Amino acid sequence: MTLSLANIVYLLQGTLWTVALALLGFAGGGALGLAVALMRVSRFAVLRLAAGTWIQVVQGIPLPVLIFLSYFGLGVTGFDVPALIAVALSIAINSSAFLGDTWRGCIQAVAKTQWEAADSLALNGLQRMVDVVLPQALRLAIPSTIGFSVQIIKNTSYAVVIGFIELTQSGKIINNALYEPFLIFSIVGLIYFMLCSPLSNASRRLEARLRARGA
Amino acid sequence: MTLHAIAPASTAEPAQATPMVRFNDVHKSFGIVEVLKGISFAVGRGEVVCLIGRSGSGKSTALRCINGLERITTGSIDVCGHAVTPDGKADLHAVRKRVGIVFQSYNLFPHLTVEQNITLAPRRVKKTAPTEARALAADVLAKVGLSDKIASYPEQLSGGQQQRVAIARALAMQPEVMLFDEVTSALDPELTGEVLKVMEDLARGGMTMVLVTHEMAFASRVADKIIFMHKGRVHETGPRDLLSRPETPELRQFVGTGL
Amino acid sequence: MNYQFDFSFLWDPDNAYWRDILHGTWLTVQLTVLAIVLGFALGAACAIGSTSRIPSLRRAIAVYVEIIRNTPLLVQVFWLFFGLASLGFKFSAFSAAVLALTINIAAYTSEIIRSGIESVRKGQIEAAESLGLSRMQLLFDVVLPPAIERVLPSLAGQFVLMMLATSIMAQISTEELMAAASRIQSETFRGFEIYIVVAVVYLALAMALRLSFAFLAWAAFPRRRRLGTPV
Ligand SMILES: Nc1ncnc2c1ncn2[C@@H]1O[C@H](COP(=O)(O)OP(=O)(O)O)[C@@H](O)[C@H]1O
Ligand SMILES: [Mg+2]
Repeated sequence: MTLSLANIVYLLQGTLWTVALALLGFAGGGALGLAVALMRVSRFAVLRLAAGTWIQVVQGIPLPVLIFLSYFGLGVTGFDVPALIAVALSIAINSSAFLGDTWRGCIQAVAKTQWEAADSLALNGLQRMVDVVLPQALRLAIPSTIGFSVQIIKNTSYAVVIGFIELTQSGKIINNALYEPFLIFSIVGLIYFMLCSPLSNASRRLEARLRARGA
Repeated sequence: MTLHAIAPASTAEPAQATPMVRFNDVHKSFGIVEVLKGISFAVGRGEVVCLIGRSGSGKSTALRCINGLERITTGSIDVCGHAVTPDGKADLHAVRKRVGIVFQSYNLFPHLTVEQNITLAPRRVKKTAPTEARALAADVLAKVGLSDKIASYPEQLSGGQQQRVAIARALAMQPEVMLFDEVTSALDPELTGEVLKVMEDLARGGMTMVLVTHEMAFASRVADKIIFMHKGRVHETGPRDLLSRPETPELRQFVGTGL
Repeated sequence: MNYQFDFSFLWDPDNAYWRDILHGTWLTVQLTVLAIVLGFALGAACAIGSTSRIPSLRRAIAVYVEIIRNTPLLVQVFWLFFGLASLGFKFSAFSAAVLALTINIAAYTSEIIRSGIESVRKGQIEAAESLGLSRMQLLFDVVLPPAIERVLPSLAGQFVLMMLATSIMAQISTEELMAAASRIQSETFRGFEIYIVVAVVYLALAMALRLSFAFLAWAAFPRRRRLGTPV
């Protein structure tokens, strides 16, 4: 049997779900990650400790385990959890730890003198962060954040562990019927490559530009 | 011609006249920019030759051509009986075994101790036995006055000490010629003295040396020959008192401004 | 919600599930160690190759690295495992897992080591050349040691990520920790509990791996021992 048009459409549907998962994961992970980063540089030791622990713990648990934990964990509340929610939540949690950690680095990389300048202008802590530090940290954070978005796209493939039909799972399903693994997984791989490669390249270019300007 | 075949020039001439390094109309270009525009000079055994000149006049490039760090474009350089030619291949390994070089930026290997920095090349290149290499290291370190730093890492040393270790590292290969490229330029003024003293001791000990330097007092005291380079050419040459009686206006101006 | 946690299945007298977890953990450790050792070797070779003077070799390595870094491990695993099987190659799930992990981690390792190599200052290479060291001696004595020392933290981080990623090998029925968890779940229906246990095991493994690397750095790089982390 050979690949039919219907198969291709099926794969493209899977691709849409992959993109949707990645966007959800990125949005959730970004929001959570910002909170983690801000807690990590907070004045309060408890918050710093909590965020640090979060980063350490989440970075030590495989994403598939997080997915099962979300799935069964949300299940114990009595709801019937859609797989989409369990996966998106897990990716958000996972991403929050990695993004939180890199963003913390970016915030701290903003020159000390900028913090002091803000203080001398009598800005309060919130104004200092929002008006002075974060805009500068953002510039530093863009390359690595785009780089991590590649990671998020690849991570969505872990949704197969609970049978969510995104790109990889669609490939697997078609392969079960056609048994043309090289062909099918090459196409699947190519689609991922087309999603990820532009982001990787952009990240690398911006990184180089940032470094050139910093040097 | 026939006479030559019977008695080679090298044995017929006195030792002093056998150059250790001889530039024969050397040209060197980086891309389309010609940096050395036909250089010729010779360095005899035991001679100390100082290259001076403005920044960008081609001193470092000339020095680096001697051991093949830069490949010459045309001409040739005779080094310790080996020919360095534009093809870049010829005898480079043999030349490098006989020629030591010390850089402005020390370039010690940061992950190795002082002793390991010194013994690396003898052990790898000359296959010297470890115990012998260690004895050699102790010996050259004593020469530069740093016996107590044998187990230190480079970053634990001052700039002057690092530069003396770099000299010791080159000496451990028992070179016939030593090259120095502005070895005190990166040092704080109070540290240059200790390095210059080591170099002066070496010169007095009969080492053949070619050095690029801005230390005019040192050149006037130690050099057997001073070569003033200007715009990629040897502009004026003379003995160590050259600087007190410059002939060309360019050298006069160079001496006048100090640098 | 008043969910009653129940971990008693772990030491159920008929079916001591803790043994299965231990066994799965052991397989995860084996997968990880094998893939790290093989992946490091292949990655270092690629990093060295990417500094070679042969353009086609550099190009081939760059393409390999780009493909691996821009596709998910899981797709690489399926491609290899089902693909090779379709050609009639008989691979155990374990060997296929090791192979896929090695190919995957080597690409990341190669990039990391290459960045370390590029950070070695040109002057040190010139110094080594001037001392008469051959290209190979220069590479192994002068370039690689400080390069690897510098990127060791990134390498350790990447290896931890890879260890966590072994958890998807259950997808090709490698009998590692996740596969054990999945089987226990289907027999006991204590999904939440079993994955909490598994999460704790992975956390412990991640910590152990990080500690091992810290120790390795300490043992392999005497300068660290004496002076602390290099700048
Ligand atoms: N690797 C290189 N590539 C291109 N130009 C170079 C290179 N090295 C030196 N130059 C140029 O060659 C000229 C001579 O440089 P150099 O020999 O370093 O001078 P000096 O040591 O007398 O200051 C300078 O104009 C310099 O810019
Ligand atoms: Mg110079």
